[in-house]
Amino acid sequence: MSDIFEQIFQIGFFTAMVRVATPLLLATLGEMFSERSGVLNLGIEGIMLLAAMTGFSAGYFSGSLWLGIVVAAMTGIVFGALMGLLTVTLGLSQHVSGLGVTLLCSGLAFFGYRLVFGQPSQPPNVAAFESAPVPLLSELPVLGPILFDHVTLVYLAFLLVPVAAFVLYRTPWGLNLRTVGENPHAAASAGVSVAWKRYQALMISGALFGIGGAYFSLAQFNAFTFGVISGRGWVCIALVVLGRWDPWRCAFAALLFGAVDALQLRLQSSGVIDLPFQVFLLLPFLITVVAMALVARNARAPAALLLPYRKEER
Amino acid sequence: MPTDVASGKRPLLSMRGIEKRFGALRANASVDLELSSGEVLGLLGENGAGKTTLMNVLFGMYSADAGSIEIDGRPMNIARPADALDAGVGMVHQHFHLVPRHSVLENLMVGEPGRGLKLDAESALVRLREIASRYGLELDPETLVGDLTVGEQQRLEIVKALFRGARILILDEPTSVLTPQQTESLFRAIRAMATDGVGIIFISHKLNEVIAITDRLAVMRRGRVVAQVENDATLTRQKLAELMCGHPILPPEKRPTESGRTLLKLAGIDVELGPDHRRKLSEVTLDVHAGEIVGVAGVSGNGQRELAEVVAGVISPSHGAIEVDGQAVHASTPRGMQRLGVAHIPEDRMGAGLLTTLPLTDSVMLPLAHKSPFSRFGWINRKAVRKFVLEQIEKFDIRTEGPDVRTGTLSGGNLQKALLARELALDPLVLVAAQPTRGLDVAAVEFVHAQFLKLRAEGRGVLLISEDLEELFAISDRIVVMYEGRIVGDLDASVTTPAEVGLLMAGAKAA
Repeated sequence: MSDIFEQIFQIGFFTAMVRVATPLLLATLGEMFSERSGVLNLGIEGIMLLAAMTGFSAGYFSGSLWLGIVVAAMTGIVFGALMGLLTVTLGLSQHVSGLGVTLLCSGLAFFGYRLVFGQPSQPPNVAAFESAPVPLLSELPVLGPILFDHVTLVYLAFLLVPVAAFVLYRTPWGLNLRTVGENPHAAASAGVSVAWKRYQALMISGALFGIGGAYFSLAQFNAFTFGVISGRGWVCIALVVLGRWDPWRCAFAALLFGAVDALQLRLQSSGVIDLPFQVFLLLPFLITVVAMALVARNARAPAALLLPYRKEER
Repeated sequence: MPTDVASGKRPLLSMRGIEKRFGALRANASVDLELSSGEVLGLLGENGAGKTTLMNVLFGMYSADAGSIEIDGRPMNIARPADALDAGVGMVHQHFHLVPRHSVLENLMVGEPGRGLKLDAESALVRLREIASRYGLELDPETLVGDLTVGEQQRLEIVKALFRGARILILDEPTSVLTPQQTESLFRAIRAMATDGVGIIFISHKLNEVIAITDRLAVMRRGRVVAQVENDATLTRQKLAELMCGHPILPPEKRPTESGRTLLKLAGIDVELGPDHRRKLSEVTLDVHAGEIVGVAGVSGNGQRELAEVVAGVISPSHGAIEVDGQAVHASTPRGMQRLGVAHIPEDRMGAGLLTTLPLTDSVMLPLAHKSPFSRFGWINRKAVRKFVLEQIEKFDIRTEGPDVRTGTLSGGNLQKALLARELALDPLVLVAAQPTRGLDVAAVEFVHAQFLKLRAEGRGVLLISEDLEELFAISDRIVVMYEGRIVGDLDASVTTPAEVGLLMAGAKAA
């Protein structure tokens, strides 16, 4: 048994944990911003998938992966704004709108991919992002390979955590955003435009979903496949709850998922435990649900989450 | 202009010809209103008279269809609340616009520019201290707003307005949730602000308070300002009520009655609710006799809602005994209590009381539907129901287009009349009414009170739960005071004073 542990909990495991957690972290932070403004963005799964496709296509044809990332972010912004149109301007049910956006985006992703690439026998691929070790820091023992030997997107994603915390807690923009999500009437009577704030939050969430989605097709794998997201967007909804709508805790939640995901991969390949591989694939999702059930019972969502804001009408 | 300044006549605020339509309804019909610096103006009117609409126009929540607003003689274009704040208009809404989970300071800084990228907590703190010491509005900046008392939350709302540089302050029903002592301290702050040159618009239904605090009064009716009067010695409650309704209002007559047998008896009732078994009621012992109105006073959230729900059978006590007309109640349910003769007007008339999205007929027949002649063998007799509802509409003067309109389209007063009609149709021995006149206008309030006094004269009992002391003193025989789930005072209404009740409400020990 100790053999397995030695096999599994090597430095490589922790490196994988950070790598796997990155796209989830991006999307979780995005969802956190949107929910902090009072809108549950269930467009997450579809937007990630569509952006994985558009980002990949842009990278494939231009030869610039970074252009792919930008296109993915733009895709997310557009559909974040669509979410805004549905839930903020029209005041429709956030659940229904979000699922609608996910269905629309998924459909567009499949359709667009066929349109651009046809039905190739061999899926086209790009030369994915290469690891960019941080000078000096990556030489550190243990911590170096775990934290400082990754593709640039990983650093950006983790740098985003303190940035998000600063924005949320220390800036007027963040205070206004939190107020909109807690009591939009209070925000409106203090001169804050509730609708514009929610649009902003939704577009930011869309951009982060987009980058997270493109991470899969441009950094993790080097191709787009229809199962590239396969439920990882939905997981982020749970991770936000597990992270109690706080950037630091959200990062912790994403790392937890990353750890279990990295673990199941290793358990699978070690072949020590003889179970169908689907059981291992299930593991991170299961752990997320269990962790949420344990931790999130006392979590309190933003008070105005799910509630459309209407000016006081008679 | 210099002559104006010299004569001191230039108004701080001048609204001219304000028009606002909602569909066919003319909510504001060419309204003119002026306010001077340092003046406290009372704005009176029944519900739907257009006060709130006018104030929402001034605060930029609505844009007027026509008319102009001048502040300090300068024409203002107020299209959004942000414009109003910039122009020096602040508003304290009846329902507080605060975030309970944020600190006092965070609530103050919403919508404020920061310093560079960051929030400017230092200068906010300085300004908070300055306002606090100037007007006696002390608040701890780090406390979470959810931990403040209602009075403190209101103080924060006022500070918020002053913080944004308000020179015109709109207070919408500011005393409806306050104890008399809290009201007194609010009045001190209002006087201090007025002395400092702030113009204050004070909206209230409580005529005694309006007379106590204002310099001048504007009365609105059906979208128009129908009277503007100086608040001098000749002004009476009676005259104001008449101006508001357009016809004289006779206060209901309270004839002496012999209080008879005990209709409702609560002994040592404890209620624990929720997963953490929070104690909501502790050892509540209370009698309501025949021919008696027992008023229950208390600051909102001190167990009044639970008291009403225990009596109505909505929640069951964890300890203690209930008797209705001498009969012990075992497992209490709403239907069971109803059978014993308890009728209930819940605090939340839109949610727990009536079915807002269904026709009025359905709302009214709800507790009666199982009875003859409204149903037979489980089939509803629509004809009988309709006939009954039409009778009630007639009898209670419920203003509606008919029995088939959606319940939610009725105004607050008419909703309450419908609810009252329904509960009285149960022919109750005891009526439990929680906040039955909250948000109603003078005429509707008088109507509701008259019904209660009629029950009393017929030898029935009423348990009247209210935050409005004026109301409790007007019609109760006894007043019990609740504080933190306990009854801390049981007083004879003809002997006690609002000040005594107020002290008990605030948690001072019973004498």
